[in-house]
Amino acid sequence: MIEFVMNHLLSVMTFTPLVGIVLIYAIPGTGAKPNVVRGIATVVTGIPLVLGFVLWRGFDPAITGLQFEEHTVWIRTFNIEYFMAVDGISISMVLLTVLISFIACLASFGVEKSVRGFFAMFLLLETGMIGVFCALDFFLFYVFWELMLLPMYFLIGIWGGPRKEYAAIKFFLYTLFGSVLMLLAMIALYYNSRPTTLVDGTPAAHTFNFIKLMAENDFSGAGPILGIAFPKIIFAALFIGFSIKIPMFPFHTWLPDAHVEAPTPISVILAGILLKMGVYGILRVNFTILPEATVWAAPAIAVFGVINMVYGAFVCMAQKDLKKLIAYSSISHMGFCLLAMAAFTDQGISGCVLQMWNHGIISPMLFLIAGVIYDRAHHREIERFGGLAQSMPEYSALTGLAFMASLGLPGLAGFISEALCFLGAFPVFRALTIFSAIAVIITAAYYLWTMQRMFLGKLNEKYAEMKPVTWRERFTLYPLAVIIVILGFYPMPVLDLINPTLFWLVGTIRAAM
Amino acid sequence: MNEPLTVNYVWLIPFLPLCGAFVNGTVGWWLQKRFGRRPNGAIANAAVWGAFLISVQLFLTLRGLPPEQRALVNHLYSWIPVGQLDVALSFTVDPLSAVMILVVTGVGGLIHLYSIGYMAHDKSVWRYFAYLNLFTFAMLVLVLADNLLLMFVGWEGVGLCSYLLIGFWYQDVEKAKAGMKAFIVNRVGDFAFLAGMLLILWGAAGYWDDAGRYTMTGGTLSVDFRWLASATTYLQGKEVLGVSLITLACILFFIGATGKSAQLPLYVWLPDAMAGPTPVSALIHAATMVTAGVYMVARLNFLFALSPAALTVVSGVGAATALFAATIGFAQRDIKKVLAYSTVSQLGFMFIGVGVGAFTAGIFHLMTHAFFKACLFLCAGSVIHAMSGEQDALKMGGLAKKMPFTFWTFLVSTLAIAGIPGLAGFFSKDEILWKAFDTANPVVAWWPYLVWGMGATAALGTAFYMFRLVYLTFAGECRADEETKHHIHESPWTMTLPLVALASLAAVAGWLGPPGVFNLPNTFEHWLEPVFGGAARHITSRESGHGAEWGLMGLSVALAVAGILAARAVYAKNGAEAARRLSGRFPLIHQFVFNKYYVDEIYAALVVRPFMGLTRVLGWIDAHIVDGIVNLVGKVTAVFAMIDGWIDLYIVDGMVNLTAWIVIAVGRKAKTVQTGRLQDYLYVMAGGAVLMLVVSYMVERVFGGGR
Repeated sequence: MIEFVMNHLLSVMTFTPLVGIVLIYAIPGTGAKPNVVRGIATVVTGIPLVLGFVLWRGFDPAITGLQFEEHTVWIRTFNIEYFMAVDGISISMVLLTVLISFIACLASFGVEKSVRGFFAMFLLLETGMIGVFCALDFFLFYVFWELMLLPMYFLIGIWGGPRKEYAAIKFFLYTLFGSVLMLLAMIALYYNSRPTTLVDGTPAAHTFNFIKLMAENDFSGAGPILGIAFPKIIFAALFIGFSIKIPMFPFHTWLPDAHVEAPTPISVILAGILLKMGVYGILRVNFTILPEATVWAAPAIAVFGVINMVYGAFVCMAQKDLKKLIAYSSISHMGFCLLAMAAFTDQGISGCVLQMWNHGIISPMLFLIAGVIYDRAHHREIERFGGLAQSMPEYSALTGLAFMASLGLPGLAGFISEALCFLGAFPVFRALTIFSAIAVIITAAYYLWTMQRMFLGKLNEKYAEMKPVTWRERFTLYPLAVIIVILGFYPMPVLDLINPTLFWLVGTIRAAM
Repeated sequence: MNEPLTVNYVWLIPFLPLCGAFVNGTVGWWLQKRFGRRPNGAIANAAVWGAFLISVQLFLTLRGLPPEQRALVNHLYSWIPVGQLDVALSFTVDPLSAVMILVVTGVGGLIHLYSIGYMAHDKSVWRYFAYLNLFTFAMLVLVLADNLLLMFVGWEGVGLCSYLLIGFWYQDVEKAKAGMKAFIVNRVGDFAFLAGMLLILWGAAGYWDDAGRYTMTGGTLSVDFRWLASATTYLQGKEVLGVSLITLACILFFIGATGKSAQLPLYVWLPDAMAGPTPVSALIHAATMVTAGVYMVARLNFLFALSPAALTVVSGVGAATALFAATIGFAQRDIKKVLAYSTVSQLGFMFIGVGVGAFTAGIFHLMTHAFFKACLFLCAGSVIHAMSGEQDALKMGGLAKKMPFTFWTFLVSTLAIAGIPGLAGFFSKDEILWKAFDTANPVVAWWPYLVWGMGATAALGTAFYMFRLVYLTFAGECRADEETKHHIHESPWTMTLPLVALASLAAVAGWLGPPGVFNLPNTFEHWLEPVFGGAARHITSRESGHGAEWGLMGLSVALAVAGILAARAVYAKNGAEAARRLSGRFPLIHQFVFNKYYVDEIYAALVVRPFMGLTRVLGWIDAHIVDGIVNLVGKVTAVFAMIDGWIDLYIVDGMVNLTAWIVIAVGRKAKTVQTGRLQDYLYVMAGGAVLMLVVSYMVERVFGGGR
């Protein structure tokens, strides 16, 4: 048993949530007992978390290649393989996924409407997310990618707020548009790949294998499409597909709507994990398979990153809804990743992935915080609060910590990744980096202004009697708070994990310059 | 350069206050509820005084070493090791940081002690002491940091604590806003600090070619100050955007310093910061945090010394701020506001010092100022405490008799700040003015006269407005109402003891650095020589001579006395009446100065409002244009779908129906095929199977890669 799990660790992590769905529906009477359903969901999201710990301890960061590999032929006709593995690019994201999913599961206990359906969708989503980060066959990757889309659509569309249908449709169509671009690019890459062999040694004319697409192909012989060189147009298609997920200006407007309407745990997942898939996809696919085109596109990526950072921060200032503000701050913070990755420096790429991880910890905390106040006041309009620090001191302190972390206060996690992004981008994009740093001023302004309007000043009598933070909420908030503080002074646990592979990755890109 | 010695317990200095903050921050509320306010204060004081003892121990260790070896390093671990970059979490005690930790923990300790009495009636003392200890932690990280990035941790950390403490009584929205203003204005400075840091680190680690491509010179980048100092030769001659890299970086660092140390044009947050509890004003907004900018410039002396242009900017801004803030001090009525503008002005003096390359003089003034200004603020706190919260000096008066300790310590400190010989402020300020006069400026030849002139005028003003405050507060008849008058009392010993200690220091500390012409040992300069010795080689004296030094000293003493006498003439008798008379005689000037030259209003009109307008415009664009396009695409698609649906229904489906009709018609004819005989069916099945085989074979051929 243990041997089987260790040999198929990633698959077990990926598909355990599916087992949970079966249990939820197979065990009789769960429809009437929501607590049983919640219990099952907690256990089946807990198992990947525990296994994630095993994965973390078992992962050797010094090896830049693949680890925990599972590799067999899946659909022979189309040379599709079942190929799961982690390396330094993906492992931090897998760990983030299992952690945030578990926390989001705890945060889902407040959901009262058709609990079984909710958790079934939630668990299906988790399978899709872990799968995306582990899959190294493009087709498999695409299957997992699409697998996430469906539950997300229902989770927003059924359990969402007042404008849930609009938000869900918008999310679905926008993401689907990106997926179609990705699908076309995938097929084009497939048919232009060189003959190779499958894992069992049988020859194959083409391949979906990421590693082989990278190592054995340069696509220099492929004919241009619409008069544009093949790698460039494929790069563009993939990049747009992924950038919708980040989301990158001007493809970002689905995000605020989705966040505002989504229930709290789904916002947590959306901000914590789904946004990371865009950046991860660019690193995994564009960077490794199309290094020359990546070099060609770098200045544009950096410019879009800076627009995200500064424009996002400005738009934050104008928001009246707390959740919308946090959503735009995510857009601003994901811009750091784009700017940093485009520099192809060790510090930049490391800062990019660390920023993904840190944002993946900080933004879920922010959305949980927004959820706490929404559960009590049933609205999120910043202006309608006031003086909450007097009625909810613990909550205010936690909010303060999360705001400070998000605005990049040194000593907390966000600072290190933001500093690394700047340090990494500066040697390459001097003026652009300095300009982008304006975002740190605006970020301080919108967070402190929000703090002041919601928590300081005279207490709004309407909110004088507020339920203090509950134990369930504490279980979701404090682990994130502790991680934020520890990583601020000791980021090595993450940096150690990601750096060797990322340095190898930028090395290959620089070789293409 | 010698490899610095390793000491493994420096980290305890910041760690103790951090523990204090943690304990008070987590269980402090329970302690206060269970045992009253004593444990909170006791924990915080124990933490700071513990740090003080270790600081003294390290100071003694340092003194026992030969001067060139005076640097103790405590390397804890690699903090941000990424590629060639290896930023360490590492602390250094050298003569400069030794002075700073003694000031921070010593003066800080006294203020912690004072706070026990001052905050004795506050309902969340635990929170106060948690913040105060957290501040001490951040300040100690700032001064002990071995590299710029770690220094930045302390730099923003003190900013956070300042924010928290200014808004300590956050129920009052104005106080909360003052905290926010402080943080955001400081962030503007921090932005420049960050930019300077990026520029200098990469400039020192590699080079940009003409095409803007960067190449690193290899090796590990420890980015600590020793590495940076050794890289200066490599930095010299480099240019960025046509400007010398060192000059640009130094000016960026200095903009950072103008934020933290409240210089023009970023000083605006400091007067508002007086909203915090008075001991906080003493510790953070007078003695320690606001001097961080001066410390940073002194710490980077090896860079600033190489850029005469940057030094000219520093001394010019310092002199302008010293004079500008002093004039505002003339018209303020709030006792704390007077002291706040005085702090801005004195910080200007410190920047004159470091800006003419007299780093020792700047740090010397930083130290003496910490003593007398902390004392002045604590006295003000004692007065406010006795006056039941009243801060308007025009409503005070006659307090000398009722509060003897407060009065005498206030007087000593005021004489010190005014520059009366023998007291600390005289030595440090006079040293700065002398150096400003005597140091040659290679960029602008007449600069020394200008800076000295502005500084001397500011000194005259200082003597005047400080004694104005003394007369208004302590002399004449008490102008408070009967109720308040009844409550006036001297403060408890926890408050007066720090006053006496600080006043004593303000009286005698000057003798550590007597002027050159006194022919006495200058202990302070000698102590800092290992740190600033290298930079001093780049600074040239104009050799004005002993006669000039005596003459200028006499002149500045005369100015101080003149200021005091002028204040005495106007305010000694019935000061409040005199103040009103003056403002009545020059209403326009008074309004202009009293309202601080309307700088806040100008900022609101030129910066804040356009900024907020821009955010609203971009918010609108995002909601209506960027998202509008998305929705438009959605709508257009829907319209197309409707048209498509119509075509589908009437044309495509029409064709299908037509086909169906044909099929049915054919079917009627063909139903004779259904013979009911088994063989016929078998033939059809076999034919179908063959067809499927052919199709699948072709699929393999087309899509399967020709296997």
